[in-house]
Formats: sequence, C-alpha cells, structure tokens
Amino acid sequence: MNFINNFEVALNGIKANKLRSSLTMLGIIIGVAAVIIMISVGQGASKRISDQISSMGSNLLMVSPGAGQGPVRGASGNVNTLTLEDAEAIAGLSMVAGAVPELNTGATIVYENQTWTSQINGTTPGMQVIKDWPVSSGSYFGDDDVQSASLVAVLGQTVVDNLFPPGTDPVGATIRINKLAFTVVGVLSPKGAAMMGQDQDDAVYVPITTVQKRMLGVNNVRTINVQTETQDSMAYVQTSIEELLRERHRITGSKTDDFSVLSLTSVLEAAETATGTMTILLASIAAISLLVGGIGIMNIMLVSVTERTKEIGLRMAVGATESNILNQFLVESVVLCLVGGFTGIITGAAVAWAISKFAGWPTYITLYSILLSAGFSAAIGIFFGYYPAKKAASLDPIEALRFEK
Amino acid sequence: MSGKTVILLENVKKIYQLGETRVFALKGINLTIREGEMVAVMGSSGSGKSTLLNIMGCLDRPTAGIYYLDGENVSQLAKSRLARIRNKRIGFVFQGFNLLGRTTVLANVQLPLIYAGAGKKEMAERAKEALAWVGLSDYLEHYPSQMSGGQQQRVAIARALVNNPSLILADEPTGSLDSKTSIEIMAVIQRLYLEKGITVIIVTHEREISQYCRRLIKLKDGRITEDTPVMNPRNAAEDLAAMPDEGEGQI
Ligand SMILES: Nc1ncnc2c1ncn2[C@@H]1O[C@H](COP(=O)(O)OP(=O)(O)OP(=O)(O)O)[C@@H](O)[C@H]1O
Ligand SMILES: [Mg+2]
Repeated sequence: MNFINNFEVALNGIKANKLRSSLTMLGIIIGVAAVIIMISVGQGASKRISDQISSMGSNLLMVSPGAGQGPVRGASGNVNTLTLEDAEAIAGLSMVAGAVPELNTGATIVYENQTWTSQINGTTPGMQVIKDWPVSSGSYFGDDDVQSASLVAVLGQTVVDNLFPPGTDPVGATIRINKLAFTVVGVLSPKGAAMMGQDQDDAVYVPITTVQKRMLGVNNVRTINVQTETQDSMAYVQTSIEELLRERHRITGSKTDDFSVLSLTSVLEAAETATGTMTILLASIAAISLLVGGIGIMNIMLVSVTERTKEIGLRMAVGATESNILNQFLVESVVLCLVGGFTGIITGAAVAWAISKFAGWPTYITLYSILLSAGFSAAIGIFFGYYPAKKAASLDPIEALRFEK
Repeated sequence: MSGKTVILLENVKKIYQLGETRVFALKGINLTIREGEMVAVMGSSGSGKSTLLNIMGCLDRPTAGIYYLDGENVSQLAKSRLARIRNKRIGFVFQGFNLLGRTTVLANVQLPLIYAGAGKKEMAERAKEALAWVGLSDYLEHYPSQMSGGQQQRVAIARALVNNPSLILADEPTGSLDSKTSIEIMAVIQRLYLEKGITVIIVTHEREISQYCRRLIKLKDGRITEDTPVMNPRNAAEDLAAMPDEGEGQI
C-alpha cells in the first residue's frame, strides 16, 4: 500500500463524517487561534516598547531633579534643582555626546479660530539629534533662538493636523500660545504612538529659555537628557554626572542627592522583559485550550474507532496490515489537526487584526507563533491520535467483523 | 480439475481459553482441498465451521497442527504476512455483505487493491471489470443502501475476486437472502469456479445450497464426520432459467 492510497483512505474517512470532523476541528481551531491571538497581543506590547526604545535614541541617560526613583517620582519632590548651567556642564564631560535640557508645560495653542491643547516642550536644538527626529518641513530652531528666547516653535504632526486645514504648510504661520505669538519654523516628521499609547506627535517644541523666561518665569529645567558616546560608557558617564552635580550642588558626605540619574533604556528593557513574561503566560493559557482540543480529538477518534470496528475488520480481511490501519487513523487525526490548525491560524490572525483595528491594541503576528501553533497542532494530532489508532490496529479481525453496533 | 493441492490441514486444532474453561472449537482436522474444487461445509451451530473457515482464510492461526496453503506452511506466520496472503490469494464473502456504507460500489470493490498498492487507474479498471463480471456495470456510483441484498452480495463477490485470488471463502453467503436470490448468488459463485477456476469453500446451513457444490464436508463438535461428493450436483443458472420470471421464487 503506497502513501497516496493511505492518505486518500484517511481523507475519505474525514469526508464521510463532515459534521463530526468539523466539530473535532473546532477544538483545535479555537486553541490555535487563542495561541496566535495571545502571542500577537504580547508581541505587540513588546514591539511597542522596543520601538519606543529605538525612537528614544540610544545610550540615553535621564537626569531628574529630586531624589526620586524615576522621572515621575522626582517631579513631586524638590523640582527646582537642575539648571541650564548644569546641562552645559554635563555636556562638557568626557564620553558625553550631548546633554539636552527639557522643561515642559501644558498650554492651549490658537491658530486663527482653531484651538488645541498640547504639551509645550522647551528644549535645545540638541533634542532632535538625541531623539533622532528629523523635520518633515521647515527647520529646527537654532542655538541663537535659545540664546535670545525667541518666539519660534516646531510642531508635532498631530498639532498640525488639529490646527491647520489639510494640505497647508504651517511653516511661517503665526500661532498663539498663552497669548504669545510664535512663528512656526518647522514641522517634525510623524513618529507615532509611544509606550502606553501616548501620542509623541502631540507636542510643540520651543527654545527652553522661552518657556523659562516668557511662559513660566523660572530658571530651572525639568530634566536633562544625556546621550553617551557608546553603550559601554553609560555607567561611567552616570557616575561622572553624579559626581559633577554633587559638586555643583554642594552636596557632601552622606547628604542625599537632590537629583537622580536614570538609564531609560534599562527601564524599558525591564518592561520589555516583563511583557515577554506576560506573552509566555498568555500563550501557556492558550496552549491549555489547545491541549483540551487535542483531548477532544482523542475522544472523537476513540468513538470513531469503535463505530468503525466492522470497517476495520473488513479492511483487515481484505489485506490491511496493522500498520495500514494505524497509519489510516493517525493520518486522519493529523489531517484533522493540521486543517484545524491552519484554520485556527487564519482565524487568530483575523481576530488579532480586528483587535488592533477596533480596540486600538497593538498586535504583532510573528512567524514563530505561526510555526509554533502549526507544529503544536501536528504534534497533538500524532500524540492524541496515536492511542486510538493503535487501538484500531490491534483489533482482532474476526472479533471486529463480528462486531455489531 | 488439476491435482494441485490448495489447502492441506494436518491435525489442526483450535482451542479458545475463556477464563477457566477451554473451548475446543476444532479437535484435529485433517483435510485436503485441491485447486478448482467447490466445497460446502455444513454442521450444526457451534460445530466449528466459521472457526475452520477463518483458519483457512488466514484470519486466525491454529492452536496446534499445520496448515499448508499452496504448499507453504502458514500456520504460525506473523500477522502482517497473513495480511499479505489474504490480500493476494484469498477473497472473502460474508453473510452480512460487509460493504462500507458511506462508500460507492466502485470504491468498495477497489478496497483490496488499495492494500495491494495498485495505482488509481489500474484500481478503477479492475474494479469495473469485476463489477461487469457480476453484472453490476450500471451501479458503479451507487451506495450500498440503495441496492437490494442480492445486489449487495454481488458487489461483495466482485470485491472478493478483484485481486484475482486463488481461493474464495464464503461464510453463509446466502444466509440473509430469500431463496430465489440465494440461487442467483449461487449462480455467480458457481461461475467463479466454472469460468475462473477459483477454489470455493462455502459454509452453509441449507441443504439446497450445498447441492450447488461438488463436495460436502460435515462438521460436528469440531470434527469432520462426513466428507463426500455431492450426489446430484445442480446448476444454479439452469435452475434460475427454469423458474417463473415473476413471483417469489421457490424451490
Ligand atoms: N472467540 C471465541 N472465544 C471463545 N469461544 C469461541 C470463539 N469463537 C468461537 N468460539 C466457540 O467455538 C465453537 C465453534 O464456533 P464457530 O463460530 O466456529 O461455530 P459455527 O459452526 O460457525 O456456528 P454457527 O453455525 O452458529 O455460525 C463454539 O462453541 C463457539 O462458542
Ligand atoms: Mg459461523
């Protein structure tokens, strides 16, 4: 008996009982779809984080005021300790590629009769180098604008979309922020959503001195973003910054720092590891449903073997060997699982797509999740199909022929 | 009839172990059947007819004794070897037809060829040939449930002969049929040995059926008690021709 014959016999077995075959497959379809969906949701989350890491630029350290643990905690402490001079001093350290201070405030922006509330980020031209964020139109403001606290603004794409009619180039237009008239000098190329879904394009960049002097009337900066020259020098630069600022802020002995230096990349990497763990967890839960589907296959195959006892006896009488019968039922269950697995992959991909489309969650279907589910369903077919197939093959032909339903 | 021995049984015994008790289904059978014979096996229920037929058909192995099929000792061959032998040399006809219900007549007849490893085209050709031989060329795509008992048994005979066996074994082939249909089936079975020279062994309860055979073996309690030529062998085709065309055929 050749393989094609064997395969056809198995296929006919499936076709002969379409309803039961499809119900059997349903378990596998749901299981595989669940695995695909869960992995794609998890992968979507970690892809978003890794995108965020790369969008932030590499080798970044963040200096925040206060002794807090992170940028958010620090904000509630003593917030006035960092200055522009601190940033300049940090920029002068060795292995530092750039130090960019930032000070932001929320404000309502008005253009003609349109208004939009957004984040106003005061910064220096170094920002676009550190964040690797080019303009799509116009240009970034220069150092001289920072020197003179000019009323110039670079807009994120979302701000443009909400203030200007479609198709107009905002460069050269005058917008009002807190009653101050700013000239738009550039538009940033769209960057997309960051981690946690905040829209990075919903921001306006202006010279930091403008925010300090003209808008808030303060002298401090909110944070200083530092880029090191190499990945390896990050720890070294972090220590140098700490030493430098302790000296500048006259913190001696065991007094606590009034600032903190944090590697954002490492925070996000930790978050990435956490989502990776979550992905595995989600996938394992989904895999359990696949396992249940597999047990369903075994159950149906056992029923099928019993129901077809007489057929098995007849096949043996006309010359089927034990391995012929074994293969017939094994191929049958593997085909059921593979067809179910394939349908499940398509269903899962469709649902994952729908989730990102309608619920706005990022999902990301990886080749490995597809290969994993395909391999897993084939394995389930063999594993759970083997026992019923073996049972069928070891029937005694005479007993089987005598079997009455 | 040539003298070649198809079946040679030497003191064949079959003992079933049922818990504590042992059932002696066959108590030492010695039997020679030559090529082209048509043998009826009779005996009361439980006398061991089916057991004997199953051993001769390589579906079962004797507990003791030796079975030579075409001169080869097959009494203790491995199951897979026995399956090959059943496939190549033996055809079975059962009382209950044993057709696959969800499969067409053509596919049913092809079944033994699947396990012989035949190609698709060859399978279809040979199955059609066999079905033509039993007079069912017009029923290739029918399903068994759409056919009468006699027609179904003819499909089963076509299936038994499709792989050109040298031996056809039938366990009460007319047991589920009315008497006229039984004679029709006997006519087909007689043609197997008249036209194709196939050795045929039939287990039957009915004296009338045994009269269409040439040799009669009687079993009692697992032993052969009688082994005689059939006195007035009948020709089923002639009997059918002599019967009225309509009405319930009676003998
Ligand atoms: N698998 C088995 N296990 C135990 N005993 C069996 C088995 N098969 C047959 N027997 C016994 O062997 C004896 C012969 O059985 P067999 O089926 O050969 O009889 P038979 O002549 O074909 O009867 P019938 O005319 O009713 O078909 C009986 O006593 C039966 O009970
Ligand atoms: Mg019997």
